[in-house]
Amino acid sequence: MTDRPTDRPDRLFEYLLRFGDDRLVLGHRTSEWCGHGPILEEDIALANIALDLLGHATMFLRLAGQVEGQGRDEDALAYWRDERGFRNLQMLELPRGDFGFTVVRMFLFSAYSHFLLDRLSTSSNSDLAAVAAKAAKETRYHVRHAAEWVARLGDGTAESHDRAQAALDTLWPWTGEFFQADDVDRELSAAGIGADLDAVRAQWDALVREHLARATLKVPEVPMRMTGGRKGRHSEHLGHMLAEMQIVARSHPGAKW
Amino acid sequence: MSADGQDNWPLWEVFTQPPGGGPHEHAGSVHAPDAELALQNARDVYTRRGEAVSIWVVPTGSITASAPADAEPFFDPGNDKPYRHPQFYKTPRGVKVF
Repeated sequence: MTDRPTDRPDRLFEYLLRFGDDRLVLGHRTSEWCGHGPILEEDIALANIALDLLGHATMFLRLAGQVEGQGRDEDALAYWRDERGFRNLQMLELPRGDFGFTVVRMFLFSAYSHFLLDRLSTSSNSDLAAVAAKAAKETRYHVRHAAEWVARLGDGTAESHDRAQAALDTLWPWTGEFFQADDVDRELSAAGIGADLDAVRAQWDALVREHLARATLKVPEVPMRMTGGRKGRHSEHLGHMLAEMQIVARSHPGAKW
Repeated sequence: MSADGQDNWPLWEVFTQPPGGGPHEHAGSVHAPDAELALQNARDVYTRRGEAVSIWVVPTGSITASAPADAEPFFDPGNDKPYRHPQFYKTPRGVKVF
């Protein structure tokens, strides 16, 4: 009885942090393009996507704070945790790179996110289901926007193809972490709360390979990296990013507009 | 994308239909390399705050426009011909919608 996941709010808290942190970190990385986009329209598109991701992070982190029950809201979780407390996928904290790197990462992650959120939207936890359903709608657009760019860069000029392929070669080994299930995933999935990552992987694999083929990009034959984002282990990049992201909130605690 | 950036991308005119079923209206223009991205750019630039339920994009070059010199022959209103305006005619008795 005491081991049922529904009686273990700490498990659900941990689970929700993952999804909140993924979107917070990628949202911040994407926001770094603001004012630097390759063209005005794409600058706006990237800023919109960054804002969408920030909105999704807000919902997941707010819910995480409620589940935890220690009085932490989404701002406390976003701005007052250190690197080791973050549960995001390591791929998302890598520096934004060039535009090709940005859209290839956006594509790989958004496709995963879309199938994951789709499954979470039927979670037996109605709060989680509602948050996931809301985020899934905008995520479908992120997939579409990123996929169109991947196709145009991959099947574009020699330079755009090479840059997109280089981005894919760098990013591909990090995608293994999307589907590395641990006890939290297994317990919550078995309880009907969480998503079955093997099923997500099958859908992701089909969609991603189809689009990459259309973009004339080659899926690299390389082993997946060892990663540990879900356990709070991160690359050297996250700390620097957080320093910038958190400095204002920490310099002026409790400040209001 | 080339170094000279947006000069290379064609311009598209954007028409959006407001919620409630009104006609599509001109919202502005966007640069885009092709129709699909023009549609996406139009969505991102003009419809993020619930302004629209439908978007049309049209290559700007496909629009034939009147020239300023056409103004008089095209638009001189003929104010001396009041019968061109519906208000000239009396509404039949029994019609209340006006």
